Amino acid sequence: MSILVIADHDNAALKPATLNTVTAAKEIGSDITVLVAGSGCDAVAKAAAAIDGVSKVLVADNEAYKNQLPENLAELVAEVGKDASHILAPATTSGKNFMPRVAALLGVAQISDITAVKSEDTFVRPIYAGNALATVQSSDNVKVITVRGTAFDAAVAEGGSASVETTDVVKTQEVAEFISEELTKSERPELTGAKIVISGGRGMQNGENFAMLEKVADKLGAAIGASRAAVDAGFVPNDMQVGQTGKIVAPELYIAVGISGAIQHLAGMKDSKVIVAINKDEEAPIFQVADYGLVADLFKAIPELEEKL
Amino acid sequence: MKILVAIKRVVDPYVKVRVKADNSGVDLANAKMAVNPFCEIAVEEAVRLKEKGIAEEIIVVSIGEKNCQEQIRTALALGADRGIHVEAPVDVQPLPVARMLQKIVEKEGVEMVILGKQSVDSDNNQVGQMLGALTGMPQGTFACKLEVADGKAKVTREIDGGEQTVSLKLPAIVTTDLRLNEPRYASLPNIMKAKKKTIDSLTPEELGVDVSSGLKVISVEPPPARSAGIKVESVDELISKLKTEAKVI
Repeated sequence: MSILVIADHDNAALKPATLNTVTAAKEIGSDITVLVAGSGCDAVAKAAAAIDGVSKVLVADNEAYKNQLPENLAELVAEVGKDASHILAPATTSGKNFMPRVAALLGVAQISDITAVKSEDTFVRPIYAGNALATVQSSDNVKVITVRGTAFDAAVAEGGSASVETTDVVKTQEVAEFISEELTKSERPELTGAKIVISGGRGMQNGENFAMLEKVADKLGAAIGASRAAVDAGFVPNDMQVGQTGKIVAPELYIAVGISGAIQHLAGMKDSKVIVAINKDEEAPIFQVADYGLVADLFKAIPELEEKL
Repeated sequence: MKILVAIKRVVDPYVKVRVKADNSGVDLANAKMAVNPFCEIAVEEAVRLKEKGIAEEIIVVSIGEKNCQEQIRTALALGADRGIHVEAPVDVQPLPVARMLQKIVEKEGVEMVILGKQSVDSDNNQVGQMLGALTGMPQGTFACKLEVADGKAKVTREIDGGEQTVSLKLPAIVTTDLRLNEPRYASLPNIMKAKKKTIDSLTPEELGVDVSSGLKVISVEPPPARSAGIKVESVDELISKLKTEAKVI
């Protein structure tokens, strides 16, 4: 067995989800190669070589891979990984973008977003936004897999001493071109990767009142989310939506404020380790999944929470 | 420009699904069905391109059992011009779906394919990208903005932590994210008109595609149940529990 893990990075640093993906790879087997495809990505290759459990790092350093364009990257990965038993990538927006192309080029199925490894050919993955868990078995020669980072611990990022080799396979095309990237500059962590998330629902009454949540979030280092009801009511933009049709989060602590707990919202956050619900309606379904429920008027409870934290 | 929109019939996302007692899958009997929300956004985007005069014809295709013709009718009522139904098993996998779409793309000579980024049942997020690889077309996945001009599609994509913009030479593939648009509701006159639009029927055999897959579902189980915890009486008690019992702050 030989496992190829595709590193997620921005040419300067390795994205943490790569470490979780290496852990998933270790549960499958021990011969692990990490492919770093980018441009001017030496620092990333060094970081990958230091990950505990990685035996080899393969670097494809070329302008063609600078922006992780899937049209180029998938051709490279399919070429480098065609004899591998498994190809794994984090189920980040980058992994989700190029990996199905790899699977199609190799003529095999992709197993998306796995949350557990049962054996070298059997995996668990959530379906229906986590409302059911499917155990699937693959008979394909190459198993193309994306890994849900929050379901696996991070591999130790230091102490490894993998050999570093380069590949000169260059795949370019003329059909897609990178134009620009705008990353949200926020002091707050990103919603899907945050350790603590505080979300507001229809009970917030308007967008201005989300400022109360921001104050609490600042104290906790939390990201801010919202329910679909709050988004539909126009309180906050759609990219804050947690739920089946929004973002799926699994933080250490999820605080639901003024959220009743519709199925579609629960689907996006019920894998959180600890759930707190603050709602004045004691019958709200959110209390059925909350570890700690506080039946209270959020306009009193949230300022008090902020003050006492 | 001819646009192909692929749509999927799924369980209404607002309905709570139940796993069958024998763990063979999710119970779809009597479940309310709908067009996958992301596919609805795909239809809407195509209709807007037609309204702007950029697209001339919108073909909507759905692959699945006979009853997904209901969802094709919905798309026709929203503004698609004609439908194609490929009759296939309800659990047909993404790779054979992409292969069938490839055949339809080649046959119809479409310049753009718009699909939902994923279906809310199997959550695979694969078909658009696979179709890209099979046809050699570039892809703009998770689109939140689309502009078509001069033989190119400029697609702004939702990525972790922000947005990315790419320029794709047509023909190209676009998969939709939530912010791309807000789908309209079908008006009654348009629902009536949709009944007269044609839906062609095809089979995987006619398209020359084998629907088998290397992936087998062994079992489907409900997730571990989450039990209700305790009610706290005050903010002080909440903070104390989070600090000393849950140890998360």
